[in-house]
Amino acid sequence: MTNSSSSKKHGPGQPEESGPTLKLQRIKMSKPEEAEKKNLNKKLKDVEISIPIVYGNVAFWLGKKASEYQSHKWTVYVRGATNEDLGVVIKRAVFQLHSSFNNPTRAVESPPFELSESGWGEFEIAITLYFHADVCDKPLNLYHHLKLYPEDESGSMSTKKPVVVESYDEIVFPEPSDSFLARVQNHPAVTLPRLPVGFTLPPPVPIEDTSKRKRGDTKDHPLAQWFMNFSEADELLQLAAARQQVQAHIAKLKRQISLIDGQQQQLRSTSDP
Amino acid sequence: MDAKDILGIPKTQLPTTQEKKSRPQKEPQRKPDGISREVYALTGGLAPLMPSIDVSQLKKRPPSDEKVYFLSINFLHFGMVNDVLNCCNLYNLKESIPCIQITWQWLPFTNSARKDNLQLYHWVRVVNGVPPTGDYSFAKYNKSVDVVKYTDEEYEKYLTDPMWTKEETDQLFELCERFDLRFIVIADRFPSSRTVEELKDRYYGVSRAILIARAPSPTDVSGHPLVKDPYNVSQEVERKRALSMVLSQTKHQERKDAEVLAEAKRITDSRMASRAAEEPEMPVASHVGSESADRAVVLGDTVSPSSNIQLPSATVVPSTSIIADSASTLASLRMLRVYLRTYALEQMVQAASSSAGLRTIKRVEQALQELGVNLKPKVPTKAVCAEHLELRKEILTLLNLQKQLQYKEAEGSSYRDGSYIDMPGTPKRSQRAGDQDRTFVPESINFGGERVGKRDQKRKGPGRLSEAPSSPAHKRPRKKASDL
Repeated sequence: MTNSSSSKKHGPGQPEESGPTLKLQRIKMSKPEEAEKKNLNKKLKDVEISIPIVYGNVAFWLGKKASEYQSHKWTVYVRGATNEDLGVVIKRAVFQLHSSFNNPTRAVESPPFELSESGWGEFEIAITLYFHADVCDKPLNLYHHLKLYPEDESGSMSTKKPVVVESYDEIVFPEPSDSFLARVQNHPAVTLPRLPVGFTLPPPVPIEDTSKRKRGDTKDHPLAQWFMNFSEADELLQLAAARQQVQAHIAKLKRQISLIDGQQQQLRSTSDP
Repeated sequence: MDAKDILGIPKTQLPTTQEKKSRPQKEPQRKPDGISREVYALTGGLAPLMPSIDVSQLKKRPPSDEKVYFLSINFLHFGMVNDVLNCCNLYNLKESIPCIQITWQWLPFTNSARKDNLQLYHWVRVVNGVPPTGDYSFAKYNKSVDVVKYTDEEYEKYLTDPMWTKEETDQLFELCERFDLRFIVIADRFPSSRTVEELKDRYYGVSRAILIARAPSPTDVSGHPLVKDPYNVSQEVERKRALSMVLSQTKHQERKDAEVLAEAKRITDSRMASRAAEEPEMPVASHVGSESADRAVVLGDTVSPSSNIQLPSATVVPSTSIIADSASTLASLRMLRVYLRTYALEQMVQAASSSAGLRTIKRVEQALQELGVNLKPKVPTKAVCAEHLELRKEILTLLNLQKQLQYKEAEGSSYRDGSYIDMPGTPKRSQRAGDQDRTFVPESINFGGERVGKRDQKRKGPGRLSEAPSSPAHKRPRKKASDL
């Protein structure tokens, strides 16, 4: 979040034109009545809330107990990336299964948002996330291709070790409402940027007691041992190294181009009679 | 008379007849029972459409009659029943014919679609002596339009019109009735010259007025299409004029129109982008966005904090259009109240490569792979996505610069016409470029070279043979020969 930290630097008292924060301050000054309005449903600009999630499936081969139509037992789910409780944001998750299942539209009303079934086939599952009223009134769709069989066909299927496929993504709310912000300020499932200076929020709503929280998060989930770890550090390193390489090449090419330009300039001046 | 005489088969050939008899029994698999081989072959080896009659079901006949029998069955299939019947009657084979008796008879018929009771004749398939019942089968296709018929009083009351006399209106309606509302024909036959639109207008206007007048209450007919959407003459005339104009446009005009539309689109896009960029509330969400906005607003004076590339002036033009696209993408993302980071990245990538062709995009992806970077980040956090986007943009810049460089080299070599002395110098330079870049993206350089060469070919005229500048020394002598 380099920009938010830089905005923190530039924020107080610097008159020059740089960074979005100053612009934000200018707006705040020009529209004081809006800032004072304390309308709970007012949308905030320049502050986005993101929820890192992981969604995917874990599938166990049933081995001896497998029949032709029920060879695997699988669970498809949406969880917080750090296994935090998503119920603070998501009200309901609807999993749309293949039409060959009974009641293919399965709604899960409370976290953990998961669905277990048994079957033999791989298909695309559409997951629709419905949010709480103060969060967002539009649902969001995710698509996950159910994987039952291991990648390498020669790989033997074991009843002990499941096939796990997970995808990392982040749900972004570009203009969250005040009440939403207040509610989730300190919640571990939610990522907030640093709030701009001079911005006041209503006092945070106390987090529910631990007993309630335990139910919704997936830290002690029975399948937790199979969950994958997603760390942005590796990817960032990779990207930084790549960028460096590219930038070095760009610099070199520019030198070459300017060299040629110089030479051509010379030629042109000497060849003109 | 012996059947054999009629059929012209020699009497002594008893074995043949026996063969004939045994053949159907011998080859039941090869052809269906009850048909002799020759006749079967006549049909082209296919079974006849009617089911073949099982021989065993019929009474046993002495061999001499069997041939006639077989042949007559086949003639049944071919529809020459009368002959068969005659044949059978002649040879007392009536009982061997199956129960259904089909004859074809030349009978008279009437057509209910006609009004004049004309009686014509045709062949009729008679089953068991009973001719078919029912109307002439084509009578049902005689559809007609219900053209409104108004009385004179109705005309006086509702239908008078300054532009139309009663005679004309009457004539119109008569023609409409006669020609089933085929207005083109009606227009041709109409005594005074009226356009198709005028005729249609009058007809639909009258029909509508009559409909409303005759209806017990206006609400009854309000659903009727005539009442709901009345005929609009001016619209129709305009529409047809526009249609004919489009049809008659020359290629030249078409091209011009396309150009104008593209220009208009570009203007509206840039206007939208500048409006979005000028919005002071740029989201903190993407520092790319704010960077671009800064650049767009401050026009490259300020160095934004996270940018460490100074773009040369030559590449400012493409970057501003990319900025515009990014800004509008950001604006549209903000419109969505919720979205996935991966979706946002996809949109931004698309916006950044909007000015690039498919080949360039492929080359960017190739470069990413060579650098060991995932095409779609595995952990798409905000920071990762931002870096990824920046990397893509930098690769685009790199590719552009490569093209520039090779273009300049090719251009540079053209200045050296007539000076072979300089030849040794050039390969050194380009070799240098080739070698050093080989560690990184050798293929893209070569690609670029070839393509640039081809582009040069197009732009500089057909005579040039400029090829990969990595070895112009070899190429140039050939080029010179063709030039001169």
